[in-house]
Amino acid sequence: MIRSSNLSYQYPNGPALSFPDVDVAQGAVVLLRGPSGCGKSTWLALIAGLMPPSSGDLTVAEQPLSALRTPAADAWRAQAIGFLPQKLHLSAALSVQQNLAMAQWAAGQPEDLARIKEALSALGVAELAQRKPSQLSGGQAQRVALARAVLLKPRVILADEPTASLDDDAAAEAVALLLSTARRQGATLVIATHDARVAAGLALTDENICKIDLKASKDVLGQL
Amino acid sequence: MKTLFFAWRFLWSRPLGAALNLLLLSLGLASITFLLLVSHQLSQAFERDLAGIDVVVGAKGSPMQLILAGVFHLDVPPGNVSLQAVKALETHPMVASVVPISLGDNFQGFRIVGTSPEYLTLYQANLKQGRIWAAPLQVVLGATAAQKLGLGLGAQFAGSHGLGAGGHAHGDSRYTVTGILAPTGSVLDRLILTDSASVWQVHEDATALDDEDRQVMQDEREVTMALIRYKTPMAAMTFPRYINTQTKMQAAAPALEITRLLAMLGIGTEVLRAFAGVLLLTAGLSVFIGLWNAVRERRADLALLRMLGAPPSKVAALLLSEALWLGLLAAVLGLLGGQGFAALIGVMLQLDNSLLIGGMAWPLSLWVVPCLALGISMAAALLPTLGAYRISVLELLQSR
Repeated sequence: MIRSSNLSYQYPNGPALSFPDVDVAQGAVVLLRGPSGCGKSTWLALIAGLMPPSSGDLTVAEQPLSALRTPAADAWRAQAIGFLPQKLHLSAALSVQQNLAMAQWAAGQPEDLARIKEALSALGVAELAQRKPSQLSGGQAQRVALARAVLLKPRVILADEPTASLDDDAAAEAVALLLSTARRQGATLVIATHDARVAAGLALTDENICKIDLKASKDVLGQL
Repeated sequence: MKTLFFAWRFLWSRPLGAALNLLLLSLGLASITFLLLVSHQLSQAFERDLAGIDVVVGAKGSPMQLILAGVFHLDVPPGNVSLQAVKALETHPMVASVVPISLGDNFQGFRIVGTSPEYLTLYQANLKQGRIWAAPLQVVLGATAAQKLGLGLGAQFAGSHGLGAGGHAHGDSRYTVTGILAPTGSVLDRLILTDSASVWQVHEDATALDDEDRQVMQDEREVTMALIRYKTPMAAMTFPRYINTQTKMQAAAPALEITRLLAMLGIGTEVLRAFAGVLLLTAGLSVFIGLWNAVRERRADLALLRMLGAPPSKVAALLLSEALWLGLLAAVLGLLGGQGFAALIGVMLQLDNSLLIGGMAWPLSLWVVPCLALGISMAAALLPTLGAYRISVLELLQSR
């Protein structure tokens, strides 16, 4: 599902980042850890096909990404990658339903209200479809953002610091929600975090956890 | 379509900023619309009312005043000229036709014009009802005058002295309506037409002390001016000079005076145009700042769209569509605002039955307005759109 070898990325006039070789199976859970500046964002960007690696091989969802460029990369990402950002970025100008419709529009898909309703229902927030994001609680907003991430049934779900600024109960609920959603969809779940509560929460499950630890030295220091 | 829908929602997610931008753009465009409408209507009205009149002969004084009074019925005439002198012009070898005009009275602000039936021929006017006058004190009403005065065939009224409403009424001499003209779109629509003899009769009845005095008045009858058409264009070289040097009258060429008038109006028009230009420039800058801020505030949201699979061109199109909405709305509001302002001015001016300016006219030149609206909004959106196009998704991943 996610395979890389000798992966590195060189920022123009910036640091060179090298990443550990990985081979993650479909449906697995990946825990990407490390302090700020260690390259978590870069690794996420690489496997989302946002930029090609400077060197090495990278294949995600059977798609070699080393030579993939816009617009083919955009089209592939729309189908293969679901993304849950740390700040949820639900548009305040749109209702919950319209936020999901915008995800379909961004992916070049026709508006499919049945699918939107299905995604919201699966996360228990169907009744909030007509509300504005400002009318949602933090937990409800996260469920809506997750519904948006899995709307197009991606094969990989990227969650970027999903528990940041959540209390313990909410963080545990968020992790559980991510796991159940990924399992239901058969998707590979990648959680990028430096929150120890996530690892602790995952340890309590029987999931096949693949840990990638990046260090601030920006050298290959990962461990599978 | 969805791009336009989302752009609309994003535009109005900042209602105050959007409304201010819209107001600024609309005001500038309304000013342009108003200027285009007024200059179009004025030039059309001038062209229509000139009706092939080559020269106007009247009392010495301001030639422009003579034209404004005699052709467009906007001003008071400089004085009267002898009927005998005007009749003498009918036999001049360069003159094809002479139409006498006698002014002096009005009815509720509509000028009563003593003239000959050739005046109607000059404007190719047709009767909608009734017949032309056959005797003094019979009148034919222009279409607008008939409608506004609410007079029909057979109606009677007494004229008042002067060219504006409110003068002394000639109660003993009552006019009878014998005909109503079909609309001509010319100055005739706003006039009450009668035989020249009516004007003389009304004033002789009102002022003659006795029969002897009346006889003197009849011998010294006057008209206000004469509208003249030449037999040959060459007459324009010599006829006015002949009138100005060999008679006690003056000759004024409408085409020349209108050119002078438009040149004078042109200065005002240029000032208004410059003002509208400054408004539009300000609006353009305001739209630019609004969109620039929108991109800055929504960088992460726009980056998320890229993460969700939207190509850069789609994200840029979203921004461009916001500007497109602003331009379209401003074009509609500007056109309506300009039309409304022109209509308002028209109503105000028509209160004293002067110019034919009004709203709801759509000359081709008004195409400039939507083109300007879209041009300005698109130009203002160019840099912000480029910013949106270049947004990096890494900003989203790094926005902790």
